[in-house]
Amino acid sequence: MTIEILMPALSPTMEEGSLSKWHVKPGDKVSAGQVIAEIETDKATMEVEAVDEGTISELLVQEGSEGVKVNTPIAVLDDGSGVKPATSQNKTPSSPPPAASQPANKDFRIASDPGAGEAPPKATEGAAPQQSKTSGGAAAPSVSLRETASPSSGSRESGSETSRIFASPLARRIAGESGIDLSALTGSGPHGRIVKADIEAASKRAPISNGKALTVPEKAEAPAKPLSLEQMGIPEGSYQLVPLDMMRKTIAKRMTESFRDIPHFPLNIDLEIDKLLKARTEINARFADQGVKISVNDLIIKAAALALIRVPEANASYTPEGIAMHNHADIAVAVAIPGGLITPIIRTAEHKGLATISAEMADLAERARNRKLKPEEYQGGTFSISNMGMLGIKSFASIINAPHGAIMSVGAGEKRPIVKNDALAIATMMSVTLTCDHRVLDGAIGAAYLKAFRGFIEDPMAMLL
Amino acid sequence: MTTYDIIIIGSGPGGYVAAIRASQLGMKVGIVERDKLGGICLNWGCIPTKALLRSAEVYRNFQHAKEYGLKAEGVSFDRAAVVERSRGVAGRMEKGVQFLMKKNKIDVITGEAKLEKGSGAPKVIVGGQTHEAKHVVLATGARAREIPAAGLKADGKRIWTYRDAMTPPEWPESLLVFGSGAIGIEFASFYAAFGVKVTVIELLDRILPVEDAEISVFARKRFEKEGIVIKTSTEAKSLKATANGVEAVVEAGGKSETLTASHAILAVGITGNVENLGLEALGVKVERGHIVTDGLGRTNVQGLYAIGDVTGGPWLAHKASHEGVACIETIAGQHAHALVKERIPGCTYSHPQIASVGLTEAKAKEQGRDVKVGRFPFVGNGKAIALGEDQGMVKTVFDAKTGELLGAHMVGAEVTELIQGFAVAMTGELTEGELMETVFPHPTLSEMMHESVLDAYGRALHI
Repeated sequence: MTIEILMPALSPTMEEGSLSKWHVKPGDKVSAGQVIAEIETDKATMEVEAVDEGTISELLVQEGSEGVKVNTPIAVLDDGSGVKPATSQNKTPSSPPPAASQPANKDFRIASDPGAGEAPPKATEGAAPQQSKTSGGAAAPSVSLRETASPSSGSRESGSETSRIFASPLARRIAGESGIDLSALTGSGPHGRIVKADIEAASKRAPISNGKALTVPEKAEAPAKPLSLEQMGIPEGSYQLVPLDMMRKTIAKRMTESFRDIPHFPLNIDLEIDKLLKARTEINARFADQGVKISVNDLIIKAAALALIRVPEANASYTPEGIAMHNHADIAVAVAIPGGLITPIIRTAEHKGLATISAEMADLAERARNRKLKPEEYQGGTFSISNMGMLGIKSFASIINAPHGAIMSVGAGEKRPIVKNDALAIATMMSVTLTCDHRVLDGAIGAAYLKAFRGFIEDPMAMLL
Repeated sequence: MTTYDIIIIGSGPGGYVAAIRASQLGMKVGIVERDKLGGICLNWGCIPTKALLRSAEVYRNFQHAKEYGLKAEGVSFDRAAVVERSRGVAGRMEKGVQFLMKKNKIDVITGEAKLEKGSGAPKVIVGGQTHEAKHVVLATGARAREIPAAGLKADGKRIWTYRDAMTPPEWPESLLVFGSGAIGIEFASFYAAFGVKVTVIELLDRILPVEDAEISVFARKRFEKEGIVIKTSTEAKSLKATANGVEAVVEAGGKSETLTASHAILAVGITGNVENLGLEALGVKVERGHIVTDGLGRTNVQGLYAIGDVTGGPWLAHKASHEGVACIETIAGQHAHALVKERIPGCTYSHPQIASVGLTEAKAKEQGRDVKVGRFPFVGNGKAIALGEDQGMVKTVFDAKTGELLGAHMVGAEVTELIQGFAVAMTGELTEGELMETVFPHPTLSEMMHESVLDAYGRALHI
């Protein structure tokens, strides 16, 4: 029997990914546990392991293909049984069809995903069957399988058109006429296909010509298609074009959306950190034998988390249904990595000790740089911190990392002249900027939060309480 | 007491299909039925009427045997046997559903259900027994509407609903059919085929009012040729049973007229079965005889869902089945798609058949669309002529700007089997381009679908 190996969904929100590397070629025998491919999402690279043995009969997607949609066949495996595939009729009663949003996953799994087998993220109460026949498998963020009658079926298009956008012919035509970029849309049709309704919704969100949706735009009001560099006077050949990878595309999309759609404002404060530095030195000296080496950043994470618990209004997300007040302070920390940045999360940071935060952060940053983070390690969070102090930046204002209500930008600690008791003095100062989503955090809430944060930073003993 | 994941009330094509889907998804399912499994569709609607109409079709073909070079002399019919065949077909359907319930390990609970407030979803009481489920789906269907003010109230003897008309207590000599929707027209066509003098009374200005006007006009001519008298823009004022028949007063253009016949059939619409279920006490939102839902079956009451006819039109079995599946998949946390009503095909199995999907030309224009209309007649199709069925047409309506197929309307032989092609095209959002590129096999009636598309763009080949 031949089995189509489908592009796995590494996370519930993943729509596409790049097939960065094949570890097998047609004709190769694979056995359980063998890594067959590496898949790169916008944030991480994951290995895909075979669980069953068989022979790879065809690779349907070329190495290096970008934008491979989830559930697209990527390879064909022959299990060597010689058994013809079961027809859907005698298969359906005993096994759930693979069309579910979290397809069943019996034969392949993601190597770096220990979460497989846990409860599905959003299973409705009634959906959880009493018999275990659908649980296990359905839970895994999954490489899904489709049994096919012929090994070549499905290979025709996916092999060549690697960045294919699934859209109905009608959707394509309307999008073309009204100048809507299909690649910027998420499809609501079967298997994420873009349908007419998605185009209509998109044109309502951004009316392009006098608010009239779906009309051919008049010339003067044509949607701003970015001018080419040549048109802007930079001659071709005078630069090197680096292709956009998934991470770059994601950063571009998310940051544009955030900066454009979220009404944001910055709040600035200067903090005196001499006591903080002293506390850090003492802690590190005292527990050096236990391998403890906490950084200023670790202290900032802890202080930011405690301040969020003290001012819960700042630990919130805007949703159309209401303000989501988060129960825990899950702190996303920006980590620069080659080719971009990523924000791994220290969960429930308010409950974690400094040593734990420090160890977790070191581990996350290390794996972030190697692109080995799991989706659940960088997705979510309730608040972000971006620290550019070590890069010598004095003060800056970050762009909000949606859906967080605020992001804290931390500048360098430096000795500055300050006025203390009406006299000039020298102190180590650090400038901090809080960029707030005004839909969630008004200025007063932001100020209250920064005041609480100041309390912990300027009096680190308070963090022990 | 058994606790279920899902209890479905009503086992028609909405309920039983929903039950099977739920079972496929691993849920423990109970289904409540007060009468026969399969509901109206299988027992008293879609299927048994198709059996009756098939008898009418075969009989009609016998009468035209000579045209095909065949001899069939002394052709007649056995009324009782025609009805008996129809009942046999219905019986087989019911057994089929019984088998499907068993195969999918679905508990069939016989009796009338009543709902009571529960801790989560409502409790379901059947015959004094309480059943609990995490989710309850109402699929109670609908029944013939009556208009007592105009005497349009069935008595089961002279004045019939569809149910009486299907198992007539006596064979009618003449019939007054009130209402010219699919149900009225099918019975008119059936009885007319067996020589009954049939008069159809329609309040609106044309028969089959939901169909495209051109199709209505075409069909009317064919029906009149079959001997059916059609009175449109005619309002029923009164209807009563007399000693040897029925007598109706109707009014058209300000003039009253008294019509008599041996029997009458009421087909003036449908109303949801929302009574005696305890919906009022639960505060379930009901508007104009139908339960209000959100398109994926959710009512305003937690844990209570409704699908099919009881939620409103179009009152079609396939709409109910699809809603059932979407509702169950939603309950299971899957991403189901709500039905787009403009993409649900509708069929009338009269002679000639009528089938359509999407907007009529008039509706499309009402929406301010710039349209392109294609038409192709059966006389231009080789297969139709070979079949001896050269009367009919295929009409298509496109959005001139986008090439979207807005609607398709057909009248003629076998069009009920053809319409799915256009339904697939609409659901897949194909434009005229893909339809023109599609290769339709020759010789088939389906070629007319292709030609109609070509005609909309001035490219028809065989006309």
